[in-house]
Formats: sequence, C-alpha cells, structure tokens
Amino acid sequence: MTTAAAAVGKTRGGQSAARLARRHGWTVGVYLLLLVLALYWRTIPAKWGSFDVQSLAIDALPLAFAAMAQSVVIISGGIDLSVGSLISLVNVVAAKYMVHMSLREALGFAALLLVGSAAAGAFTGSLIVFSRVPDIVVTLAMLFVWAGVALQVLQIPGGGAPLPYLQLGTGHWWSQWIPSGLVILLLGFALLWLPLRWARPGLAVYSVGSNRNAAYLSGVSVSRTRIFAYALGGLFAGLAGLALTSTAGIGDPNAGQYYTLNSVAAAVLGGVSLVGGVGGLVGPIAAAFVVTLVKTMLILKGVDQNWAQVIQGTLIIVVVMIGGLAIRQRRRT
Amino acid sequence: MSLLEAREVTKEYGPVVALRSANLSIEAGEVHALLGANGAGKSTFVKILTGVIEPDSGSVELRGRPVRVSSPSQAARIGLAPVFQDPALVPDLTVAQNLRLTGVQVDDVRARLREMDIDVDFTEQAGDLPLPMLRMIDLARALARDPMLLLLDEITAALPSDLAERVFAVMEDWRRQGRSVLFITHRLAEVIAACDRATVLRDGHDVGTLVPQEGGERQIVEYMLGPEAAHAEARAVEVDETEAAGGSAVPATGDATLQVSDIRIGNVQSVSFSLRAGEVLGVAALEGQGQDDLFAVLAGERRAEAGEFMVEGRTLRPRHPFDAIRAGVVLVPADRLLALLPQRSVRENIAAPRYNRVTRWGPINPREERRRVREAIDALQIDTRAQRQVRRLSGGNQQKVTIARWLASGFTTLLCFDPTRGIDVGTKRQIYALLRQLADDGAAILFFSSELAEFPLVCDRVVTLFGGRITAELAGEGADEASLLRAMHGLVEEVAV
Repeated sequence: MTTAAAAVGKTRGGQSAARLARRHGWTVGVYLLLLVLALYWRTIPAKWGSFDVQSLAIDALPLAFAAMAQSVVIISGGIDLSVGSLISLVNVVAAKYMVHMSLREALGFAALLLVGSAAAGAFTGSLIVFSRVPDIVVTLAMLFVWAGVALQVLQIPGGGAPLPYLQLGTGHWWSQWIPSGLVILLLGFALLWLPLRWARPGLAVYSVGSNRNAAYLSGVSVSRTRIFAYALGGLFAGLAGLALTSTAGIGDPNAGQYYTLNSVAAAVLGGVSLVGGVGGLVGPIAAAFVVTLVKTMLILKGVDQNWAQVIQGTLIIVVVMIGGLAIRQRRRT
Repeated sequence: MSLLEAREVTKEYGPVVALRSANLSIEAGEVHALLGANGAGKSTFVKILTGVIEPDSGSVELRGRPVRVSSPSQAARIGLAPVFQDPALVPDLTVAQNLRLTGVQVDDVRARLREMDIDVDFTEQAGDLPLPMLRMIDLARALARDPMLLLLDEITAALPSDLAERVFAVMEDWRRQGRSVLFITHRLAEVIAACDRATVLRDGHDVGTLVPQEGGERQIVEYMLGPEAAHAEARAVEVDETEAAGGSAVPATGDATLQVSDIRIGNVQSVSFSLRAGEVLGVAALEGQGQDDLFAVLAGERRAEAGEFMVEGRTLRPRHPFDAIRAGVVLVPADRLLALLPQRSVRENIAAPRYNRVTRWGPINPREERRRVREAIDALQIDTRAQRQVRRLSGGNQQKVTIARWLASGFTTLLCFDPTRGIDVGTKRQIYALLRQLADDGAAILFFSSELAEFPLVCDRVVTLFGGRITAELAGEGADEASLLRAMHGLVEEVAV
C-alpha cells in the first residue's frame, strides 16, 4: 500500500463519528443554543404556554425565510443586501391587491408573486454576472430600487389580506402546540431546498461558492449557477414577504428593512461561511429563531430597546467567534 | 490521419505571448509528451485543447474534422478528457458529490480506482484528502469518461513514485487500446521511459518533434534550448576551466550574512546554504520544487517545519514578516501587486515599510520622507511620470518601486523571487545591473528566477533545487542553461564546483 493511500485508509471508519461532528457540529450547536434559550425563556413569563410558542413562530417566520434567501446566495459566493426591500415590495403588493380576494384567489396571486420575486432575484443575479460589478454593490443598488418601487405601490402602511390567508401564518394545525407557520416553513424547506440540495443544481451552487475555478473545470456553468442562486434567493424572499403579509396582516413599505442585515446575521449564526461554499439552510432556520427569541426575551425582561440591540450584536460576535476558534483548533490538530 | 491536429495556435495575454503559431499532432495509439521550460506554453496548450480558454487564432482538427472546443464539458463529449495541473475538485463537496457534479458515473470512477488499486472514501470531503489522492481521483474521473485522448498536465509532479507507476500503467493500457495520451512532465526520465514521441515548445512555439528513445536527454535538452544555447554550453565549460585555474569565482569573503541549515518546508526536504555579503546566490528550480516555500520561510511568512537559519550570526525565528524585515531580510516577490499598495502614490509605497521604524508613535516627518524617497527613486531611475498611483506604472517600474522601498528603509539581505517576471527586456537589464550594484555595495542577495538565462548575468553562484534537496552548485559564469536544466532535473549527482 502506498503512503498516501494508507493515510487515506486510516481516516476511514472509526472516525466517522468525529467527521459527523465536524461537518454538522455547528448546526447541532445552534439547535442546542436554541434549546437552552427556550428552556430559559419558559421561566420568564408568569404563564408560559402554547400561545408563547405561537407568537414566537409568528415573529420568526418571515426572518426564517429571509435567512434561507440570504444563505443560498452566500453559499454561492455572493451576498444579497436587497433581500429586505424585496420582502417589502412583495409585502405591499400582496397587501394592496389581496384585501378583497377570496382565499383561492389570494393563493393564486401569491404563487404569481413568488414567480415574480424569483424573476427579480434572477434579474439581480444577471446584473452581477454580466456587469461584473461586485455583488455587494449591485445588491445595495437593488435595495434602493425595490424600496423605491415599494413606496410607489403603497406610500403608507395599509392594505390587508383575507382572514383565512392570515390564519395560514398565525393559526395552528392539529394541536395548539403546532403553529401553522412552522409547518409552512418546514414544507417550504422540504419542497424547495431538499430536492435541490442533493441534486446537481444544489451541488453546483456549493461548487461555485467553494472554488469557482474547480467548478468551471468540472463543467459547471458558473454564470448560470450564480444567477440560479440569486433566483432561488428571490423565491425565498418572496416567501418571506408573503409570510410577513400573513403575520402582520397589512402591507408596510418599510417593514422589510429589518430583514436586510438580520438575514445575514441569521445566516452567519447558522453556520454559513461568508466565504461561500460552506453551510446549509437547516442552521440558519434555527438561527432565525434564536435571533427572534433573544429579542422576545429581552422585551419580556423589560430591557431597554437600545441595550437589546447591543446584546443581540454581542451574542452574534461571541457565537461566531467561538465557532471560528473551534474550526481553527480543528485545523491545527 | 492523425487523431488530433492543432495548427498555428496563438494566445496572447496583453503583451505576454503564451503561444505563437504552435502546432501539435497526435497519432492514435501513442503516448505523446509535450515538453518545454517553465512558461513555454504547455499548460496554455492543454487548456485551449480542452476548451478552458479560447485561442486568439489557430485551428484544431479531430480525426480530420475541424472542431471548436468551447467548454470543458464539450471537450469531454468529443472524447478529450484532461487532468489539469491544479486539482479540479471542489474542496467543500464530498468526492461523490464532485463526481455527480461532473456528471460521470460514480461506479465507473470507483471501478477505475479499484483497477489502480486505490482505496478512497467517497464520502470524504475533497478538501480533507491529500493532494496525491486528489490527483488519482482526477485521473479516474477523466478515465471514466472513456476519452480517445487523455491529457495529463504534470500529474506526476505531486505523486510519490508508486502512484506515478500506476499512472504509467494507465498510459500503457490506453496505448494498447489504440487511444492516445498527451503527457506533460518535467521529468525527462519519464519521457524516455513512457513516451513514443515528444513535441518541444520554446517561448510558445513548437520547435520540433522527436522520438525520446532515440535521442535521449541530450537531444531533448538541445531542443528545449535551441542550437545556440547548446553551443554556449561548450563555451561555458571552457570558462569553467579558466575560472578553476584563476581561483574562486566568489569575490566576497568573510562571514555569511545568511546561513541556512537543514530547512524543511513543504516540498523542500532539507536545504542548507550560506550567503555572504556582496554576493548574489541564485536558486534554480523547476516549478513546484518548494522554492516559493523556502523564500516564504526566509521572509517570515511561514515557519519552517525543521531546521533554522541565521542572519549575521544570530538565529532568526521570524513569527511575522515584520521580524524578518527588522533583522534586515526583505523580500521582492514575483507578483509586485502583492507587495505594493496599487492605489497609493509612489512616495507612499516607497515610504510604507519605514512607517514602522521612523515614526514610532509620532507623526510622519514629510520632509525626511521625501528626501529618502527621492534618493531611492534617483538611484533606481524610476520613471515617475505616473507616480500618483502605483498601479498606473509599467510592470518594470513597479518592480523597481518594490526594490526602492527596501533601499529607503535599509536591509542586509534581499530575497528576490522571480523579480523580472513579465517585465520588458530593457528594464530587465536595469534590474540585473541594479542587483549587481547592490551586491557590490555589500548587500547579500538570494535570487530565484524562472528564466534560466538570467542566472549567469546576475549570480556569483547558483544552487539547483530538485526533489527537496540541493542537487548542484555552479559558479555564476558556468551556469549556462544546459547545465542548469540538467541539474534542475536531478541529472547531476555530484556537486559541480
């Protein structure tokens, strides 16, 4: 046996547990963090119950979709600062026209909006690929464009959606402990991401984020894949906008701003590397809940709003730093 | 009718000509070597044939039919499968995912690897596997496409000999099936052992095709250098003899400024040499012999795995380039933009390394700064018409700025890593003269170049690096291309001087 082949042989078997921990450690860590926070959260209100779980799900749903949108783009080696204002745009368009629709019509309109937001993402991606202007510049410009269009559609918060549509995001199914928003989130993840993740398009997204040259030499069309990643991001942003319409009940042209940087925070917290090619969507979904839960708990605790932001920022730095140190430790050994 | 026929292929990158009207003809059922010194255009040729880059002009025919190869995936469809110099596996995906990405059958690749008696865990991430293993997976992936022509760009460079043997077995097998292999290597022994014919490139042009078994190394080297250089070789031998009669070629005496003992880093197994003040020591090596690692260690960018080095009698263990610079050891890298602040002015660039030392905590003294910078600019004759932004200077002037900043801050040892890469001839000569001048003024200079012709012009002595060790030491005047090439291929066992 050769030295090299022997070395590979050694890493086989035996260490598969270590490898699992290495690959999925971060995700598991985020879920543990969420669990610990949740246990603490239970002790804060006088009467903690299914209502609290539901309101958490309502709060976190749009952010979870926004985090998915951002993560897909970051994994492909880009970044999308326009996620927040695209969410606003979808939100106001939905709220403006859905008000007097039946549920069936509203759902049809929602599907149309999803196609539109995916196209908007593809448009942003094409601009980046063909103009060769850096991602951050183009998406920053698109942030202003979508925000402006959103204000054109609806100057002040208003509009609405049919009641059954609102209940999709705010109700509960089967049991009081299962918020319908959570089910929709999991459905969106399972139907949109899972089939791609392990098929060629998903692998291509990872490959262009990991090493563009190697991806190209492997026969991946780098431009097409990057545009695809932005389109998928646009689709998730559309879902976030629709979720926001359902949970907030109205359209607000400025509502999306919150998601621009919080989506990046959730992605990073969820184990997505800003370098690209690393991470998944499972972690960022949990991270969106962590971010929302921390906010909720600080409000429950009566912490001043400004200090709450400081604490949230510190939490992100500490978590990402611990993760970074763990990775460096591993590299050294 | 040959299997593949490339005619008059030309590729230019701005002023740099990678290929000029290069021709290549590969028969069915042969192993064809593509040879040439560093930068002769071999990799460019492979990339053009496999659709990675587009040629400026020229034509490619496959079995007599003209083809335009526009992408790697199209190349694979028409039966051309390459293994590139850099592994084409995405580090963050597992091996199996990488294979699915390319669209080859995972089972085929597994079977190919088994034939080569190699055992790989396909669920491992590519980035976690050792380089030789990645090369073998790359090879198996190319084989799984069942190509008519297999293109191997320096695949054996990163392989231990037993794995290289398996590559040769594959090549032999391919030939027996009536298919062809294009094989690029720096190891001439491999060419003679395994190849039917060889085409030699020099400066982007094909200078001839030969049968390696007939002519042997000598003929290959002659082709790589051209007839004049082969003449020069004979003359150099005479010079050598007169030198030997007249005494040592090394002018400087006294203690070593830089004393390197048993350094091990990357591909460098164990290297020792000493460099005296007033001397230019050349390091000649083929690509990938670890010369870059060696320079990085001396410049404080990386730490040696073993061994140590002394600067002016004191052991230096730099943790950071700052430590090396403070000890007087400074680097002029090949990629000038790595060393410069391209958007800033010439003055700031030259003064930048001094900010550490002069200012301490106080503000920068602009008059003192200007004076020092002016002196350095004058000394090097830098054309400063475009001095507001260094990136607007020509390559040669940029390189002078990187040297000038060390002049302004002071140093004892100058590490020049391929300082004339991509620079025009006139400026090159100025840089040679400058290096000689610096040495005469008492600097110790370590000089690596990928252009062999530079060594006799600049160096007092030259050491050649091959297989992780120093294979020969030559006097500067005796370091003609032929002797250097031979030593760089590890063909000289005894130390020449």
